Amino acid sequence: MKVHEYQAKEILRRYGVATPSGRVTDSPEEARQIAKDLGGKAVVKAQIHAGGRGKGGGVKLAKSPDEAFEAAKAIIGMQLVTHQTGPEGRKVKKVLVEAAADIAQELYLGITLDRAIGKPVLMASKFGGMEIEEVAHKDPTAILKEPFDAIAGLQPFQARKVAYALGLTGETHKKAVPFLLALAKAYVETDCSLAEINPLMITGSGDVVALDAKMNFDDNALFRHLDIKEYRDLDEEDPLEVEASKFNLNYIKLDGNVGCMVNGAGLAMSTMDIIQYAGGSPANFLDVGGGANEEQVRNAMRIILSDPNVKGVLINIFGGIMRCDIIASGVVKAVKEIGCTIPVVVRLEGTNVEEGKAILRDSGLAVIPADGMKDAAEKIIAAVAKGGN
Amino acid sequence: MASWLSTETRVLVQGLTGREGKFHALAGRDYGTQVVAGVTPGKGGTDVEGIPVFNTVHEAVEKTGANASLLFVPPPAAADGIMEAADAGVALIIAITEGIPVNDMIRVKAFLAERPGVRLVGPNCPGVIRPSAKVKLGIMPARIHRPGKVGIVSRSGTLTYEAVGQTTALGLGQSTCIGIGGDPVNGTNFIDCLEMFKDDPETEAIIMIGEIGGSAEEEAAEWIAANLKKPVASFIAGRTAPPGRRMGHAGAIISGGKGTATEKVAALRAAGVLVADSPALIGETLVQAIKG
Repeated sequence: MKVHEYQAKEILRRYGVATPSGRVTDSPEEARQIAKDLGGKAVVKAQIHAGGRGKGGGVKLAKSPDEAFEAAKAIIGMQLVTHQTGPEGRKVKKVLVEAAADIAQELYLGITLDRAIGKPVLMASKFGGMEIEEVAHKDPTAILKEPFDAIAGLQPFQARKVAYALGLTGETHKKAVPFLLALAKAYVETDCSLAEINPLMITGSGDVVALDAKMNFDDNALFRHLDIKEYRDLDEEDPLEVEASKFNLNYIKLDGNVGCMVNGAGLAMSTMDIIQYAGGSPANFLDVGGGANEEQVRNAMRIILSDPNVKGVLINIFGGIMRCDIIASGVVKAVKEIGCTIPVVVRLEGTNVEEGKAILRDSGLAVIPADGMKDAAEKIIAAVAKGGN
Repeated sequence: MASWLSTETRVLVQGLTGREGKFHALAGRDYGTQVVAGVTPGKGGTDVEGIPVFNTVHEAVEKTGANASLLFVPPPAAADGIMEAADAGVALIIAITEGIPVNDMIRVKAFLAERPGVRLVGPNCPGVIRPSAKVKLGIMPARIHRPGKVGIVSRSGTLTYEAVGQTTALGLGQSTCIGIGGDPVNGTNFIDCLEMFKDDPETEAIIMIGEIGGSAEEEAAEWIAANLKKPVASFIAGRTAPPGRRMGHAGAIISGGKGTATEKVAALRAAGVLVADSPALIGETLVQAIKG
């Protein structure tokens, strides 16, 4: 799960990570007041989940409370387009108004899981404020990696080492060490999958401050962080993906025109692959999971069909836990309810496969049966092409 | 070392009294597996279709001589269940549970590091099956399997069934099939399984099924090039998956250019592995690999 910058900073402050002072608001009037409270000069930052907000016009420097009012007025309600939002952009509901900073240096800090060793790794770079992937691409040695033990936590010697490697000395070094320890503690204790400070600011007076903050959380651990779960902003997610998550369906919208319903993530990815291999283009990833019931299958079908780009649907089920008859009756009900007119190809294999096939056959619907994945992919692509779309 | 499963495998099921635990325990028993005990705290003294239930794993092991565990415990308590089984000396733990927090698995790994005799497979996996011994610890449909010579290892569940179905249709059959699970931190990796297949007399050829993310396939490719003479075919799922959907920026850096399907396929091909372009061709690709 992702959260907004202002929410990430709230969480980090609880752990003692220094951030600029400021407040979040959805009103330009209040933005003016916040700027006044901060001494007049402020930065007004759009709060959306995507990165690249500055380039898109979502971050403005205000030299006075009136300018903060104008900036907030311009940003709140705008459709902010960045390289991460797609061309339609994201509507801005809130702005974070923060004290304008005296930036002497911008660095990068990030913590994530290193899968190869099964440990969190602290990453640091002198090249802050840039896309870190670009830095990694140009010069992998410019990124320092310090893995640490999640149970013992990041140790002071490790924090000292990283701070020295960033070129920090004297009082700034002394401030950077507790900053790093606090960030690592926040990462472990809140079950983050990513905690990123980019840029990390060194001020003119040598303070160490998180100018921006990004935190992603392990969805599987949210059950023990109900306060963080509250931060979920459904407006930031694709409406169809939100709808799917209500039924515990794993759905990701893509750009193609062949809708897919599959059981299991690996098979779902492979189904997308084979559609492409056969000359088509998948409209979505959808894993109905191992123990889906009729209700879930019906909703899965409804969600796939509510994407207007979908010109045909491929259902690929290899039942282990999942029974083919349940899938079949869910599909039949959904197709009847929605009045689906586009071609549907079904490939069923596994438990109760004959019963499942019989349900489809006896439904009176124009469902096309397939044997194997290849046959299924070729049939749906042929049917979509024939549909003239 | 031969297959981790044999006719000596005596299985206890953690979470036997739950819906899934019961269903798959009984399916395993019907297949021929010795399911000797169940463990559900608070339900000790009862039984499920004649399988005795105990309050603790220690008690189940002591009373029944169980030497393997099949775990269906819900996510918040699953890590605890794995550690309980390891502490009771269960040598093989198959964790089916999906949705265990990463930090819990990091704790489990540290706990297991002090118990080198214990093998954990999974979590979030379909389990392990050896058709020739009629032993099944998992949720895979038994009837698609046939005793045979192909060792299959995979990060994905249902995609494994696809490979099993194809090798059965081609008359090759399977020696042992292992789902290692799709979680970022797990107990058994590709190389552990390949090492076993290398020494397993029943295994004459190997199918390895990977997917995007991490670098386990690249590491396995290196190991194969250096150590394995048996023919290997592979498939990597997710060639058309959009980048960045699951991984944040920092995750992409860690992979350091590793993690895409293209790179994994290239690494495997460089190691002499035949990689199927389509998931429908996994079996046929293996036949080519066997022919050399």
